[in-house]
Amino acid sequence: MTQTQSIQLTVNGEPVNASVPVRMNLVDFLRQELGLTGSHVGCEHGVCGACTIEVDGAPIRGCLMLAVQANGATVTTVEGLADTDRADALKAAFRDRNALQCGFCTPGMLTSALSYVESGGPADRTAIREHISGNYCRCTGYQAIVDAICDVIGKEAKS
Amino acid sequence: MTGPATIFDRPNTYIGQPTPRQDTDRLLQGRGKYVDDVQLPRMVHAAFHRSPHAHAKIVSIDVSAAKAMPGVIAIYTGKDLAETVTPYVGVLTHLAGLRSAPQHPIAVDVARWQGEPVVMVVATSRALAEDAVEVIEVEYDPLPAACDAETALDASAPVIHKDFGSNLAWERLVDVGDVEAALKAEGVTVVEREFRFGRHTGVTLEPRSAVCDYDPSENQLTMYYSGQAPHMMQVILSKHLGVPEENVRVISNDVGGSFGIKIHTYGDEVAAAAVAKLLKRPVKFTADRHESFLTDIHARDHVVTGKMGVDANGKIVAIDFDDLTGIGPFSMYPRTSAIECNQVLNLTGAPYDLENYRARGRVVFQNKNMMCQYRAVGHPIAMAICDGLIEDAARAINIDPVEMRRRNLMRDDSYPRASASGMKLDDLSHQKALDRLVEIMDYEALRADQEEARKKGIHRGIGFVSMVEVTNPSPMFYGIGGAPIASQDGATARLDAGGALHISSSVTEQGQGTNAILAQIAAGVFGVPIERVKVTTGDTATVPYGGGTWASRGAGIGGEAMLQAAHALKEQVLDVAAVMLQAEADTLDIRNGAVVDAKNGTERMPLADLARTVYYRGNELPSDLNPELIATRHYRVTDFPFVFTNGAMAAHVEVDTDTGFTKVLGFWAVEDCGRVINPMLVDEQVRGGVVQGIGGALYEECIYSEDGQMLNTTMADYMVPMAAEMPDIVVSHIETPSKTSVLGAKGAGEAGTGGAPAALLNAVNDALAPLDTSIWQMPMTPERILKVLGKV
Ligand code: FES
Ligand code: FES
Repeated sequence: MTQTQSIQLTVNGEPVNASVPVRMNLVDFLRQELGLTGSHVGCEHGVCGACTIEVDGAPIRGCLMLAVQANGATVTTVEGLADTDRADALKAAFRDRNALQCGFCTPGMLTSALSYVESGGPADRTAIREHISGNYCRCTGYQAIVDAICDVIGKEAKS
Repeated sequence: MTGPATIFDRPNTYIGQPTPRQDTDRLLQGRGKYVDDVQLPRMVHAAFHRSPHAHAKIVSIDVSAAKAMPGVIAIYTGKDLAETVTPYVGVLTHLAGLRSAPQHPIAVDVARWQGEPVVMVVATSRALAEDAVEVIEVEYDPLPAACDAETALDASAPVIHKDFGSNLAWERLVDVGDVEAALKAEGVTVVEREFRFGRHTGVTLEPRSAVCDYDPSENQLTMYYSGQAPHMMQVILSKHLGVPEENVRVISNDVGGSFGIKIHTYGDEVAAAAVAKLLKRPVKFTADRHESFLTDIHARDHVVTGKMGVDANGKIVAIDFDDLTGIGPFSMYPRTSAIECNQVLNLTGAPYDLENYRARGRVVFQNKNMMCQYRAVGHPIAMAICDGLIEDAARAINIDPVEMRRRNLMRDDSYPRASASGMKLDDLSHQKALDRLVEIMDYEALRADQEEARKKGIHRGIGFVSMVEVTNPSPMFYGIGGAPIASQDGATARLDAGGALHISSSVTEQGQGTNAILAQIAAGVFGVPIERVKVTTGDTATVPYGGGTWASRGAGIGGEAMLQAAHALKEQVLDVAAVMLQAEADTLDIRNGAVVDAKNGTERMPLADLARTVYYRGNELPSDLNPELIATRHYRVTDFPFVFTNGAMAAHVEVDTDTGFTKVLGFWAVEDCGRVINPMLVDEQVRGGVVQGIGGALYEECIYSEDGQMLNTTMADYMVPMAAEMPDIVVSHIETPSKTSVLGAKGAGEAGTGGAPAALLNAVNDALAPLDTSIWQMPMTPERILKVLGKV
């Protein structure tokens, strides 16, 4: 059970070498071993979306992937997004629309929203609601989040 | 109440502005600090073996194999911790007759609900602690369990606390006027229904979590607390762990949602504190989702039989009901589990002009997880009983439900007054709110659409609720009954040497935007740009003493204390400025970070110059001047037990009579929470509240087997609303400021959750009306709808 394995991966642009228990999931590894506590754990069974992070460019559930499975992968967490300008427009829209209250869902929500925006999703409220339905938010009524995503897509369309 | 009259028309006021919160960037960059993020040197982790039975004698516990597991530091049973923690009892003296038994953080001898902690393992990681839990051997002798609240009072039911002789925890009767006579009078139509409200829970996205640390050299206990009331927790830990109050520090940084869930005394958290003291090192406990469902307090679980009589004009002549609620095996400490029932008795019918009112409430023990105060305590039940019966009666005598309300709502010019149950009411606007609601939803168009849809066999419904919400509680809520829960709150404003304002407050932040509105109030009242305000909340070591955030009191009580403190500081600063500038204080003002001429706004001195002179070069000031650049004020509600708000809401739904699914097509909420400090924050709070209310009405339920096993303890099985199922929600405000404070703010956080279920119930029944059936059980799941349609 406590067997370990070494892994090499890139996290937020930095190379990481580590020896990890084979049973440890990726989000626990990021939080506990690397101190990247921006990714959150809400259910540990793949439903709430609080642990959503980017692995090789795609949003995944950090609680459903083992750390050893991330060997060789490129991982971006919310801390990594903060270091680049990729999510700046979304972050500004989240702030201006108050699309977060307690902020616990926010890193995962932001990652899901970013994948929608970057893949060229339309400013269609129903489609956006569908897309973020893998991310629970217990505080907002979701409406401000949809507003924020629409704002960003609308602005991009204009420019 | 009198006070600084010019506060709201000052040039740089932020009150009423949709100012973005200053702390969102931190959360958007992953720099939040939630309890589970805390890593301390030498920290160890707790996991629990929990009772698999609803009721069982603990015959023996064998931890020998567990002790030998890797990483295990220590193992504790209930008996072990009973030597460190004194038991607690969840009663309040003003709830006369309420009884409960002493409770231990970990069960001693008998386990009384599935999920009750029985053995605690402490290890170097959570995973290793869980490994050890797996190999603990506990021998149980299952006891007969009283799971069903409805039979828990039967003579044949097993009695959970033998000494009490029965499972009755509390009972109350309200009897006003002559209900019997009113219901029997000629021309009165009586409708009667049995309502069932399922158990549900808060499902905070961040599970409960505590990190406790103990330093024996100073006998200092520190708790990183994911919760709403740090000072309450300080007293509780002090009292039951025997550490002086001043040596207990409770720190609440970011809290990932609470909704009333994280304001109670949980055995696993108290155990973490006790073990930190025993091991003299930090202990972390974070519930996993399974544990959250089993042990976070549940709410509702009421069965109500209710009657309403109306005369031929649609005037309500009487309401009569009986409420039975199951609370689990103990009354939760220290707020008790009788408050929800008490609220139902207090609030039912409170928006309406009513003379005859009878309500009986019974609160019973049962072998299920404990029930206590979750967002909108009692409101969804009270509103559903009254407004459900109103629309039922309106159908019976063929009056439009809006018209029916118009004939019964208290007139907006009739305050101050009292409700039939004796609640003191003032500054409400039911009539105006209903008018606004009908206008923004375009009621007539929806009715026309309903007609058309019915022709095509599509069943749409429109439902309403007129409601009150209890906010800004006075000491009459808890303090009067002996609970260590402050009803007053304090705020401090300090001018720093650089000319910035540092504020602190005893109300707390769980995402509502408490810190943001405190900054808005302070910046505007004192006179600095909001960027120059720094806020501290959530630390018993540094903030003024107070109750924290619950019962929608942050803005109304904490906000008023902040307003008073900022105003006091302004006057103090102007006294100093007057001496320095050789002017009269009342000819000066503070605007945009500078002392100015009150008349024409000409700058006389930047605040930084004033502060630096005071702090660094006091020699330049006259020696008889004693400048004070800090002010603290406290505020509590007097004259009223609570400050009520009101609202009117409407739901538009479509019921699929083949599948039983209800789709929410639209929702409108008109809120009167007095003065709105930040409309953007209030609107999304109302929406979030409505969504939780929709959850309770349509999806959310803690499902138990007959023998007290909760069956849906994953997020896949317990359904909360997701984005795709929710409609856009239209929010509108009427502002009738409360006269109890200068700020005039009332609470807003719970209205949506309190009102939405009744509106949904009415909308579904409106949709079902042509099919000659109706539903009175929440959540209104597809299966239950098919049942009333006779299809399953
Ligand atoms: S923690 Fe991974 S989906 Fe909930
Ligand atoms: S902001 Fe709290 S869960 Fe989304």
